[in-house]
Amino acid sequence: MLLIACPYCGERPELEFAHGGQAHIARPAKPSAADTQEWTRFLYMRDNVKGLYAERWRHSHGCGKFFNAVRDTTTDHFIATYKVGERP
Amino acid sequence: MQRFSALSLLKRGLSGQRGWTPQWRRPEPKKGYDAIIVGGGGHGLGAAYYLAKEHGLTNIAVVEKGWIGGGNTGRNTTVIRSNYLFDESAALYDHALKMWENLSQELNYNVMFSPRGVMMLAHTVHDEQVSKRHVHANRANGVDNEWLTAKQAKEFCPPLNIGNIRYPVVGAALQRRGGTARHDAVAWGYARAADALGVDILENCEVTGIRRDTNGAVTALETTRGLIESRKIGVSAAGNSSVVMKMAGVQLPLESYPLQALVSEPIKPIFPCVVMSNTVHAYISQSDKGELVIGAGTDAYNSYTQRGGLHISSHALEAICELFPAFRRLRMLRNWGGIVDVTPDRSPIVAKTPVPGLYVNCGWGTGGFKATPGSAHVFAHTIALDEPHPINAPFTIERFADGNLIDEAAAAAVAH
Repeated sequence: MLLIACPYCGERPELEFAHGGQAHIARPAKPSAADTQEWTRFLYMRDNVKGLYAERWRHSHGCGKFFNAVRDTTTDHFIATYKVGERP
Repeated sequence: MQRFSALSLLKRGLSGQRGWTPQWRRPEPKKGYDAIIVGGGGHGLGAAYYLAKEHGLTNIAVVEKGWIGGGNTGRNTTVIRSNYLFDESAALYDHALKMWENLSQELNYNVMFSPRGVMMLAHTVHDEQVSKRHVHANRANGVDNEWLTAKQAKEFCPPLNIGNIRYPVVGAALQRRGGTARHDAVAWGYARAADALGVDILENCEVTGIRRDTNGAVTALETTRGLIESRKIGVSAAGNSSVVMKMAGVQLPLESYPLQALVSEPIKPIFPCVVMSNTVHAYISQSDKGELVIGAGTDAYNSYTQRGGLHISSHALEAICELFPAFRRLRMLRNWGGIVDVTPDRSPIVAKTPVPGLYVNCGWGTGGFKATPGSAHVFAHTIALDEPHPINAPFTIERFADGNLIDEAAAAAVAH
């Protein structure tokens, strides 16, 4: 089980969190203007990085807030966690 | 290739089982091949075998970064079944199941296919409705599946506790043609048979780049054992598919997760079938060595670590102990993880790609082993003819753009 540092509550066991997938995927700014390819990329295509990976977590059994993290997917070591809108 | 038979075993027996030759060669890479498969698991080795046998492509190679069968082929729980809901899936998985039935004879290698029956439990009214829907859909597709009452399920699998538990068993769907096989033997059998047809199996040969010409078509693989030219490259790299395909600039709708399995200490034969429960999420069978083979779920986050969280395997064991109280005092011998590549609709991609000469067989998620012969067979067809076999034609990358998803994720409600 991972120990995850919630930027609001500090280190907590992984069981308190829900994984939210790849971070920084922006919804098309003008949904009605977005074409099929743009929607496909937004909905389905993922980088699935082997190495440093930016992801979202939600402290669902704690403060309930979403935040972002950078984790190395080859070791599961967290490099940083940071609030939404911040930079790592 | 030295064929295995009762006579050849007897003859070697008289000389102390000496004189067997290696089952496949360890060749140096040639300058180039007519086709190269990336990934030496069951799916990749099988594809090479069918390319050579059915399509006459014998100047081909399989490149594998580690040793053959050391990835998910050697890490799965060996369950084989074809009771999928949708027509496209039923056709694909039942194609594989029919090939399993004759695979030992086909390869002259005992893959120990054992159609002992796969029983999927229902614990709630909703489960029962979904299971019956599966049974009917399967039967309409010519795939055997039958509904058992709880009492019949208990008769079929005596260690099962159907009564005094949190989620009592209300019934089960049984596919009698399903079962298990020896996973290592599948990789070894395909490797040996492919090698006999002239296929070069290149182990410890990791792909580091994919070269393309000015038209974008593939021309060569850069590997840790040098540059290898080929105009046809089939990627069958399971959890690492995203990594390999990115070398050719192709992004896929995949995420890679650790999936765990574990085995108990060996005990005498007690467990006659495979039992799976989607609701309490555990599945179990007994290997011929006597170990109980238990499958757990995936971790919540994507990772390439080939291990998984302890709470994930503990959860599976809690469910097993509830369903099979007799196993509560068994100790677990080993647990391990494999990296599974999961698509959003939980169906595989076996298809051409936007890059000429590049083909991909991926996205088998948590259930690729059962499909090995069928997947390999249709992938070989796709590579050789540059167009999909009718069976894998629906399993494109483009389905995520055009909306023709094969949504086994919604059908099963779990990774499967």
